[in-house]
Amino acid sequence: MKYIDEYRDGALAKVLKDLIHTQADEIGRPVTLMEVCGSHTYAIGHYGIRKLLPEGIRLISGPGCPVCVTSGSDVDTAMSLALKKNVIFVTYGDMLRVPGSRGSSLQKIRAGGADIRVVASTLEAIDIAMHNPVSDVIFMGIGFETTSPTVASMVMTCKKKAIKNLSVFSVHKVIPPAIKVLLDDPELAIDGFICPGHVSVIIGYDGYAEIPERGRAAVITGFEPVDILEGIRMILSQIIQGRFLVENQYTRAVKPQGNTKAMEMLGEVFMSVPAEWRGLGIIQDSGLVFNDAFSAFNALARFDVPIMESSNIMGCICGSILRGVATPHECPLFRHACNPRNPIGPCMVSREGTCSTYYKCH
Amino acid sequence: MCIGFPGKIMCIDENNYATIDIGGTKREVCLDIIDEEVGLGDYVLCHAGYAIHKVDEALAKDKLALLRELLEA
Repeated sequence: MKYIDEYRDGALAKVLKDLIHTQADEIGRPVTLMEVCGSHTYAIGHYGIRKLLPEGIRLISGPGCPVCVTSGSDVDTAMSLALKKNVIFVTYGDMLRVPGSRGSSLQKIRAGGADIRVVASTLEAIDIAMHNPVSDVIFMGIGFETTSPTVASMVMTCKKKAIKNLSVFSVHKVIPPAIKVLLDDPELAIDGFICPGHVSVIIGYDGYAEIPERGRAAVITGFEPVDILEGIRMILSQIIQGRFLVENQYTRAVKPQGNTKAMEMLGEVFMSVPAEWRGLGIIQDSGLVFNDAFSAFNALARFDVPIMESSNIMGCICGSILRGVATPHECPLFRHACNPRNPIGPCMVSREGTCSTYYKCH
Repeated sequence: MCIGFPGKIMCIDENNYATIDIGGTKREVCLDIIDEEVGLGDYVLCHAGYAIHKVDEALAKDKLALLRELLEA
C-alpha cells in the first residue's frame, strides 16, 4: 500500500463510472454537484472526470481556492506591508501573481525591489526570521483549516523561542460558514456537495451538518480518481434513497472528530471574525485572526497600513465563478485577455483556480 | 492549496521531525500537529511541511477490498 496507485486503478474507475451511469438513469433528472475545494477542482479537470460522467450530472466549482477568494483589498494590504521599510515579506508562491485593485501584484513589486520570498512551509518562515534578526519578517497567512494549524504551530514556536521579528498578516478563512452562504443562495440549486477531504482531516464531520438538514447530500471525498468517482456514487445513492447525511468516502484520512490536537491549537491561537470573500462578500465568523494572547503576532497591529476597499477588476467574473453561478467559458476575458501567462483574475492565477483548470483541461 | 500527500516515515529525530519517503523522494516534516502516536513505517498525510494525519491502514485495506468486490460482481 502506498495510498496513491491503488486509487488510480483504471478497472475500478470504469466499474464506478458504469454504476454512476446506472444511478443517473434511475434519478432521471439533471443533478448538480459542487466541489468546495480547489484541489478537487484541479483533480476533476486533470483526471478528466467530467468526461466520464453522464450528461445529466453536472459538476460545478465553489469557493475552495484560498488565493482566489482573497479579497482585492487584502491583496492591496499585502502589497502595502511588503513595501514597508526593513520588511521581508514571506508568502506561498500562489499569492505572488494575484492582482490587487490597481493591477499591481506582489510579483510586480518584487521586481521593483521589495524583499518578497516564497516558501513552501511556515517552518521556512521561522528560519528566515532567525537568520535575519534585524529585519521584520511578515508571513502571509492564507488558507483554510488544513493550513491554519501550521500557522498556529509557527506562532506557538515563536512564543516559546522568543522570536520577536516575525508577524503574520492573517487572511485565513474557514469553510463551514461559506457552505451556509451557498445553501442560502437562491441562484444555486445544488443537489450534493463533494466535501473537502483535507479540510475535513482537521475539522472532521462537524461543520457539514446543515447540508443534510437542508435536504442535500454531503460526502467527504479524497483526491484520487477512484476517490472522486466513489464520492459521486455515494452522493447519487443518497439522492436516490432520499436519505441525506454526512458520509465519509475518505476514511483512510478523515476521522469523525477530525484532528483534535490541530483544532485545539486553532482555538488556542485564533478567534473568529467576519471576513470578506471575493464573490461571496462579507461572511460572519469566517475569518481567523489572533486572539489577545497572540495579538503581538498580528502584522496589522505592528505596521500602519491604509484601509483599502476592494474594487472589481473590469470585465472579470471571478466573483460569479467562485459562487458557482457562472463557468469560465461565460467570461469575455477567458482565454483571450486572461490566460495563465497573463492572469487578470485570481481564478486564473492558482493552479487550483477554476479558470486555470478550465484553460488546461476543458 | 489544501494539497496533501501520503509518505512513509523512515526516521524521527529528537526535535520531533520525521524524514518521510514519498515514492522515492525524501522530505522532512514536522510532527507537532499530528494527534496520534506514529513510528517507523507508518504512513502519514503531509501538508505544508507538517504531518497532519496518520493513515489508517486497516480502514484503507477494508475499503479497497470492498471496492474490488465490485470488479468481481
